[in-house]
This record gives sequence, C-alpha cells and structure tokens, in this order.
Amino acid sequence: MFSAILVMAGIGLVLGGVLGWASIKYRVADDPLVEKIDAILPQTQCGQCGFPGCKPYAEAIAKGDADINLCPPGGEEGTKRLAELLGVEAKPLGGGLEPKPKSVAVIDDHTCIGCTLCIQACPVDAIVGAAKQLHVIVASQCTGCELCLPPCPVDCIHMEVVKEDVANWKWRYPIHTMRRVA
Amino acid sequence: MNRKLYSFNGGIHPEGHKDVSSTTAIRSMPLLARYVVPLRQHIGTPARILVRAGDTVLRGQPIAAAEGYVSTAVHAPTSGRVIAVEARPVPHPSGLYDLCVVIESDGLDQAAEFLPMDWKALDPSALRNRLRDAGLAGLGGAVFPSYIKLNPGAARSLDTLILNGAECEPWITCDDRLMRERAGEILQGVAVMRHMLGARQVLIGIEDNKPEALAALRAAVVDGEVEIVAVPTVYPGGAGKQLTYTLTGRENPAGARSTDIGVQVFNVGTAHALYRAVILGEPLLSRIVTVTGHVARPGNFEVRLGTPVRDLIDAAGGALAGASGEVVGGPMMGFDLEDRSAPITKAVNCILVKDRAHFPERPPALPCIRCGACARACPARLQPFELYWFSRAKDFGKAQAYDLFDCIECGCCSFVCPSHIPLVDFFRFAKSEIWEREQHKSGADQARARHEFKEFRLEREKQEKSEKLAAKVAENRAKDAPADLQAQAKHAILQAAMERAMKTREGIAPRNTEHLPPAVEQEIAAIEARRHAAEATDH
Amino acid sequence: MNGSPYILSERNSVTVVMLKVLAALVPGIIAHTWLFGPGILVSLLLCGAFAIGFEAFILLMRGIPLKPFLSDGSVLVTAALLALALPTLAPWWLYLTGMFFAVVIAKQLYGGLGQNLFNPAMVAYAALIVSFPVYMTQWAAPQYLANHTPTLLEAFDLVFSGGGSISPDAYTSATVLDTWKTQARLGKAVAEIRGLPIFGWAGGRGSEIVALMYLGGGLLLLWNRVITWHIPVAFLVGIAATAGVLHGIEPTRHADALFHLLSGAALLGAFFIATDPVTAASTPRGKLIYAALAGFLTVIIRTFGGYPDGVAFAILLTNVAVPFIDAYTQPRVFGHRNGGKT
Repeated sequence: MFSAILVMAGIGLVLGGVLGWASIKYRVADDPLVEKIDAILPQTQCGQCGFPGCKPYAEAIAKGDADINLCPPGGEEGTKRLAELLGVEAKPLGGGLEPKPKSVAVIDDHTCIGCTLCIQACPVDAIVGAAKQLHVIVASQCTGCELCLPPCPVDCIHMEVVKEDVANWKWRYPIHTMRRVA
Repeated sequence: MNRKLYSFNGGIHPEGHKDVSSTTAIRSMPLLARYVVPLRQHIGTPARILVRAGDTVLRGQPIAAAEGYVSTAVHAPTSGRVIAVEARPVPHPSGLYDLCVVIESDGLDQAAEFLPMDWKALDPSALRNRLRDAGLAGLGGAVFPSYIKLNPGAARSLDTLILNGAECEPWITCDDRLMRERAGEILQGVAVMRHMLGARQVLIGIEDNKPEALAALRAAVVDGEVEIVAVPTVYPGGAGKQLTYTLTGRENPAGARSTDIGVQVFNVGTAHALYRAVILGEPLLSRIVTVTGHVARPGNFEVRLGTPVRDLIDAAGGALAGASGEVVGGPMMGFDLEDRSAPITKAVNCILVKDRAHFPERPPALPCIRCGACARACPARLQPFELYWFSRAKDFGKAQAYDLFDCIECGCCSFVCPSHIPLVDFFRFAKSEIWEREQHKSGADQARARHEFKEFRLEREKQEKSEKLAAKVAENRAKDAPADLQAQAKHAILQAAMERAMKTREGIAPRNTEHLPPAVEQEIAAIEARRHAAEATDH
Repeated sequence: MNGSPYILSERNSVTVVMLKVLAALVPGIIAHTWLFGPGILVSLLLCGAFAIGFEAFILLMRGIPLKPFLSDGSVLVTAALLALALPTLAPWWLYLTGMFFAVVIAKQLYGGLGQNLFNPAMVAYAALIVSFPVYMTQWAAPQYLANHTPTLLEAFDLVFSGGGSISPDAYTSATVLDTWKTQARLGKAVAEIRGLPIFGWAGGRGSEIVALMYLGGGLLLLWNRVITWHIPVAFLVGIAATAGVLHGIEPTRHADALFHLLSGAALLGAFFIATDPVTAASTPRGKLIYAALAGFLTVIIRTFGGYPDGVAFAILLTNVAVPFIDAYTQPRVFGHRNGGKT
C-alpha cells in the first residue's frame, strides 16, 4: 500500500519534472496576441468598431474588452479568422454594423476649396494637397474608412464602390450540376 | 543526329482534330470597316493611351505606349479615325469589358513609316526598347512582353534557346501552318533571338504529328546551327516547362525563371513576329489565328489585331447550324467567349466553334473516389485530388502547401477524372482567392505602416513645437541674467532640449520594429552587422 | 457552366471503373461455383440486393438523388467482395447484417462514396467474424470432400430456412487456414498437416484454383489500368517475405510463403480489396508502404492471432495509417527538390 503510493508519487514527480523541463526547453516564442489580432484586422483605421484605429481595437480584443464582430470592413471572413485565432465561436457582425463593399473616396475637383481638413483626417496619409490647392486622393492607398467625409465643409468627397474589372476579377467557386457532391 | 529526349510524368492523348484546319493555306481577311483594339493585350500593366477620339491614325502608328517595365505598345491595325476610347467586350474568361480604342477604317490602309532595325549593329538595350515599342509579346498565349525575355541579363549568354512549335492543344494549327509556310522567316527571327541572347544552342521542338512542318523547317535550315527536334505527341508537351524538360531533361525550378537553368523558350509565332519587327520594321499588327470546329470553311487566317471575332467567323464561312458557342483558345485550356464582338488580341491563337457532338455538356460530377487517375495524368506530378479537397473546402493554406501554384492548369486531371469533377475550375478558383488575399494582406500592411508613420509624424511635430517653445522661454528668461551666465544657461538648455529630442526620436523611431518575431530580429541584426562591416571596409 | 477543358476522356466514369472491377471478379466466381457448388451465386445475389436496398434507403434519407449514386456501381463491388469473403450457405440474416455494416455504417455514415476511411466490405467481415464466429467458420466444403453439394434450389433452401433435411456436416468443412491453425495448435508438424485431404499442391485443394482465378482477374484490372501494380505487388511481397522469414526460422511450425499466398483472401485482397482507392494510400511510394504493411500484418495475424485469416484486420489496420502515409510520401512535384507534405 505504502510502497504503491510511493511509486505513484515518484512517477508523478518524474513526469511532472519532465513536462516542466520540456515546457521551458521547447517554449515557442510567440507573437504577442495583439500583433496577431492586428494582422487579421484590415487596417482601414476607420473606427467603426468604436476604437480609434485597428491597433486599439486589437488591444481591446486581446484584453477581452471588445467583441470580435465589430469590424465591418473585415466582414464575415475577418470575424471567422479572429474566431479561429482566439478559439471562440464565429458570429455575425454585431452592434447594428453591416459589411460594406470595398470603396474608395473620391474628391470632386469642382467643389474642393483646398481646406486641408480631410488631409488631417486621413489616417493613412492618402490625400495629397496644400492649402487653397485642389486635393487628390491616392486611390491605391485609400482604405475606404470614410473618415474624410465628415470634416469636409463643402461635402465634396463621396465614396465609390470598387468595381470588378478584368484585373481584379476572380474565378467563381465552381458550380456543381449535382445537388450535392458529398 | 538523334537527341536524347526525356518524358515527363503523365499527359494525355486527346483526339487531335488537327486536319480540320491544317489542310488549307493561311488566308488573309478583307479590310474591315471597324477595329476594336484593347489596351490590355499582354501580361503586365496595360498600355498607356496616346490617342483621343477624333484623331486620325496610320497603320502601324502607336496608339498606346508601354507603361512601366512589364508592358508593351499597341498599334493601329489600319489607317482611319479613332471614333471612341471606351470599355468594350474583350476576350477574357470574365466576359467583362475593358478599355479599347475603336478605329474606323478609311479604306486606304495607309502605313506609317516602318524602319527596319540594324540588329547586328544596334546596342542591345536600344534594340530591346525598339521591340517594346513594336508591341512584341509572346504569341503562344502567355503574351509576356518579349523584349524582357530577350535580355540575357548579367550572364550575357544563354545555354539553350528553345523555339516552341509543339502545338499540343487539340484543334489548333496556327503554328503548324506558320511553320509550313514561313519557315524561312521564322528562322530569320530565330537568328535575331540567338544574337540577342547569345544562345549556345538553338532547338526547335515540334510534335511528331506535324511532319510537314518538321520537313519545312529542316529544309529551311541553312547553317545547321538550329536543331529541329521531333518530340512525341502528348498533351501538354507544348507547355513551356514540359517542352524544356523533354528537350533538355532540365526541370524549371518552382518559382524560378527558365533562364536560371540556362533556357529561354519562345513560341515560333513570336519568332515570326520578331522577324517582321526587326527585318521589316513592322510592329505587331496581326497574327495567325485558327478558326475551326463547327464552321463552314475552317482554316487559318492572318488576322489584324482588333478584328471582332464575329467577322473572323464570317470569314471562315460562318458557324454551322447546331453550333453551341465559341471557345477562345483550345478545348483544353481555352475559355468560353461571352460576346462575339470581342476582338482578336495578341493572346488569341484559336477560335473554336463548339457543337454538341464534339463538346457534350460535362456530365454531373460524382464524389472523388481518390482513384489517382488525375495524379497519374498530371505533368507537374501534383496530386490533384488532394488539391481538390483543399480547394473545395477553401483550405487555401493547405492547398498552397501541396503546391497549388505549380499547377499549370493544363486540364489533364479534369480530362481523365472518372467522377467528372471540374478539378481545374477548383484550382483556378483557389488561386484567384489566394491572390486576392495576398493583395489584401499587402494593402493592409501598407495601410498599417502609413498609419503608424502618421502617428509618429504627429508626435514628432508636437515634440518639435514644444521644444521650440521651451527654447524661447529659456531665451527670454536668460535675457535678465549676466552675459556669460546667460550664454552658459542658454547653451545648457539647448543641450538639454537637443538631448531630449534625440532621446524621444530614438524612442519613437523604431516603432515599426517593435514586437518582431525573433527570426526577423535576427535578420535585422544580421543586416546591421553587414552594414557596419561595409562601413568599416569603406573607411 | 464549367471552364475548360471542354473535352473528356471517353468511356470513363466511376460506373465503368466499378463494372470493370466486377467483370474481373467473374473468373473467380465461375471457379468458385464449379468447385464449391452454386451456393456462392445465392450469397452474391442476396448481398447485391441488400446492398442496393440499404444504399437506396440511406440516399433517400439524406436527400441525395438516387440515380447517379445507385448507378455508380460502387455498392455492388462492396457487395460482391463481401459475398466472396463470407462463407456460402450461411443463413440469410448473416448477409443482411454484413451488408448493413458495410453500406450503412462503414460507407454512408462516413459520408458515402469516397468519404469512408475503412474498406466497407472488410468492416462488415470483421464485424461478422467477431459477432458470429461459428457461422463464419462453416464454409461450404469443396465438391471432392462433400458428401453432397447442394444444388441451387437446395442452396436457397439452406440460406432461408436452414435446410432441415440436409445435415450441415454433409456440406461444410473448415477452411485450410482454419485447419492449419487448429492442427498447428495441436502440435502437428507441417508435413503431417499438409498430408490432410483438404490441402492441394500449394494451398487448399480447390480454393487455390479460385485464388489463381482472382490473380487472373487482377491482372485484367492491371492491364485495363483500373489499378496500378504497386499495391498488389507490395501486398504479395509483404506476405511472401514475412511468411518466408517465419518458415525459414521454423520450417516445421510455419507454412511456406506459397501456401500463404494461395490460401484465404490473399490474392482477392491483393487485387480487389487492398486496392480500393477510397481507403488505400494514393501516392506511389505510399501504396508500396501501405500494401507491404498490410501483407506483413496479414501473415502475423494468421500466424499469431486468434482468427484464421488476417487479410481483413490487416487492411483495416493499415487503412488507419493511410492519411499519415500519404502525407509523408507526397511525390516530388515538378521543379521541386523534395516530396512529402507534413
């Protein structure tokens, strides 16, 4: 009886020791969670999630202060990947948010008065211009965050949905003639 | 002179149907009233438009110029007036519209001045620039700008130049006819290629189902510097990597260029176009196109780029009753044409009019039974059924791990699949999803970097402002102090401010290198070390 | 609408593949009928009917179209293989239970055609031999041994109502492998066992002919390119090598390689069961490893296990290892240095 307990305890000690040693020896140096979450977020810096940018939202998710379904530009796909990363259930967008098609902002040349307010608002410096000069948005750098819309005193900025063209066209998921292939 | 040939894995032997279109000579087409010339006819950046609606143009006049490195020019196919620059149907699997120049012919077909190139005397780089301006692109279907491929690079020489006359796709015979009828011109183009690349040997690979083409080229070879090789007829024996392997036994390493194994491959049609561009000075204005299948008078045509498909089919006597659509390219790798008003471009080698007898609907798919027929047929030695599971489940990471991007989309797997699964469709889908994701990823990375830089910039501006302010306050205060003390204090304050600035800058500057994985940090450290070493040797 | 290719290899479908497999079984079935009486025809018929019934039932429940999936022929191949693996003249419910395990549990509950991890016929065989060992060892005796070989009508009678008038001893006997096992346990020497009338020139008298017919059918499949050489060759080499080593160590206790190759389900397994593409390894190297392992296990189970034949268990065990084997034996892709994806 006593010896059995000793043996079991001994085995427990040895195995525990091995496991402890292994966890130190083979520790996987990990990216901080915030960085991993931030890598999934689309970096529009649009603030639709209620945080002042993607990084703050990522920090909030990592701390558990924010839900994963608050990012409309990331869409369902983004929520799914966040859920996978964090090991939680994926869910539809919450907080009355809806996914939007990818768009870019466009400045109307005739209305712009060159006030530079939009330039200050743009989180990714995608607007070029100087005081009293016509401003232009660099379409390839625009994330479609819409943060430049409210400051514009003359409402000369509007969003244009990025249309499908020969360059960005994608092959569709193949359609099966059979009801189910499984 | 029997060269040792190598045989790649798999491949298939579909019915050729070559004699439908290969028995008649290349025909020319009457001048049309209207041509529609797309600006995106090659791989890379679309050409930059040079004309406006209302402009008059001459045949061979550039209407769009190369934009960026991977690009090439586009020219007017005849003389006349530009009546529109607008989005029109183009031959593309999407069926989408793309920017085209619409030219109304004046019926005169007046040519611009064509200047032959003195290719032996001309500086190689100047010669390549002229080829770029001549609009030369690979006519085998990939339409990669040829001037880039004609650069031997730092090596200044090449081991093997391969001319692809295999033409393995069923039904298509444009290269066959071209080789039969214009062997001499092809060889003149080959001579220019050889000169530009400094190639040690030149091989022309032709499938052995084209004895006439083989004979014609063999008869035309004069100096024996070019070897004409009959390769076995097996699809896809004409795919660049497969032909290279058949002829040389060298495998093009994945993700590398063929020049890395000392090989460059051109289509025979490209060699012919090069002959025209260099010897005659004529830019790429037309190409040979096979019109075959369910048409009244199938055959090959010399077609001006910009000719609507409808007019080309009419020239072949029109589609017969019971035609069920057109394929651009061959039956193995082509795509359905949505709109017959789409024009012939540099990439289009065949218009195949389908009928139900030869091209029945694909039967409904059954589940994959892992029989491995696809793997046995795959010339890239992939396991298509594994890729299919991953692509279908949208497990793109796994699909890439199983080398999805080594798939050349030849269609052998779909051809042999007993379950009739459209395997290649799944691979195309998975590839374009992965491409899009990578684009999104790099877009997001850029946005992150720009955002972080903006924050850094704002912070820095704030710092600088407050420093200026501090310096000013100190200056005012020091005015009351004795002169030497004043100077001393001023100096000390400035020093402190500068130190502070340095510190904050140091503290802020490495922002984007924080929280890096150890691998990257090591890499940075290594780079720094190299930089120091380099500086040390500089001094 | 599908993209290219717009042409398909002619006369190529799952149905054609399955029909070729069935056709290749015909020589073996004829030999079986000739040597053991028409009982096999009854079990084939019953298994086929039950298989189609179960398949149709499940397909209907799953809401999957019947026609393409019933006509693919895969369920008939499963039925034929199980019928050939089971004793003939057994009660009808044995076949019913077997087909239930094969079609419903091993195939459809895993997701149907192409999705099953284990060979359906072998799952059913294993389930039956564990559940009903007595019935599973009462094999119809070959004609030369039997006092009476039941006719077709008598066979039906036996299967459905137990015969009554005919005593089972009159028409059944143990198989060679079974006999070997019992005799070897009794400590008899090889030469002595081989002298029994049930043994033929190398395997079982009669059954060795059937086995050779399976070999012939298998060669037909090879010639037709329905299967590749890897699995049959590696499986048979695995059996022969293991048996040869054992025989070499103790020739008086262990049977020789040829006996192992020609008895039991070795040849049927090599060409028809282990080659089931759904459950077998699929890479060339993987097939060799998978089949050699199955062959090795077959002889080990036959020699040291509790059951006379080991083919079913050996194949089921190696089925488990297939995803692992496949992952480590991915062929070298064109333009790459190494194969294997892990």
